Amino acid sequence: MLAVAVIVFRETLEAALIVSIVLAASVGIPRRTAWVAGGVGAGVLGACAVAMFAAGIESAFAGIGQELLNAAILCLAVLMLGWHSIWMARHARELAAEAGTLGRQVAAGTRPLTALAVITAAAVLREGAETVLFVFGIAASAQDGPAPILGGVGLGVGAGFAAGALLYLGLLRIPVHRLFTVTGWMVLLLAAGLAAQAAGFLLQADLLPPLGTQLWDTSWLLDQDSLIGRILHTLIGYIARPAGVQVIAYIATLVAIGVPMKAIRRVRRTAPVLLAVIVIGAAAGLGPYQATANASTFQPAATMAR
Amino acid sequence: MARSIMPLIALLFAIPGVAIAAGPGASLTLRDHQFEPSELTVPAGQKIELHITNSGAAPAEFESADLKREKVLPGGRTVTIYVGPLRPGRYEFFDDFHPSSRGHLVAQ
Repeated sequence: MLAVAVIVFRETLEAALIVSIVLAASVGIPRRTAWVAGGVGAGVLGACAVAMFAAGIESAFAGIGQELLNAAILCLAVLMLGWHSIWMARHARELAAEAGTLGRQVAAGTRPLTALAVITAAAVLREGAETVLFVFGIAASAQDGPAPILGGVGLGVGAGFAAGALLYLGLLRIPVHRLFTVTGWMVLLLAAGLAAQAAGFLLQADLLPPLGTQLWDTSWLLDQDSLIGRILHTLIGYIARPAGVQVIAYIATLVAIGVPMKAIRRVRRTAPVLLAVIVIGAAAGLGPYQATANASTFQPAATMAR
Repeated sequence: MARSIMPLIALLFAIPGVAIAAGPGASLTLRDHQFEPSELTVPAGQKIELHITNSGAAPAEFESADLKREKVLPGGRTVTIYVGPLRPGRYEFFDDFHPSSRGHLVAQ
């Protein structure tokens, strides 16, 4: 039972941390809880579907179906996190001012509720599919009936939820005027980490060149398989032995989201800087965006993943 | 000369769990939660096409932080991943669904 709980916990933890960041980063947006919950529900259903068709997905696209699906889901999450970041850069001040007065009219414009739901669904789907596969695998070969397995799953999911709740409640203790600065950075680092993971999958499928299989090795300092290593892998994209192309994806995502974010904040203060900012933003932002776009053109339409 | 190294080669193959992969392709089999061979030697400095067979009925997940690879292995299937070019060294991998199932890829 404990062995099951540990494995389920590890898978749940990653999704729970991402959902916590999304929830903390969207405090004050009306109806966000319903959308995030919808995202979790969709993610669970998607995870079951992916687990059911795991063998078919594996053999799709000449054996790289899994990698393509994972990379596509990760790229989608990165795009949505980018959209959310840029939206928050525009509206964070209003949200902070109105936090607490629930349901008040938030600034006009497309609210990133769809983005929140998609990010949540992507995180739950990816980790959930592995959990479902694992649980059904051991259930098929279990000899002592379903009770120890169900107990382990409950314990693992419960512990994962608890870790996510801890992060969320910790973030909420940050004064509201600083909360969105903190979550803004967290979302940015999360997006960059997911982009590096996506690059890793395309590398594994031999669709991207490594550009240096291992740029450095910090596993002596922090083992990526340890609990802290795994948490940092999710939160900031820690990779003990990164490939060159992963580092490039990481930095490109930081620039592609961070530069427009900063630019928007600055424009609100000084109009004359507008032109310069647009030029810089275009120069620094578009290049990496194209790189990301190339990666996402591999997206298979509807078939997919693990 | 050639004759003198023959027993050495024979000895190498006689050591259980050690295999020498010829060229840039290599194979691993997961059987009863054990990787066979548990230590797979591959050439360093080359991209390796690694074929992993899950001979059991239950799904498994090949994972390695050292190699930065993870892939679900459906029951009864052989999957392919690409690794490297690797620097000489030992790289650990495991079945994420049974973390006690571990093995090493040795690049030399």
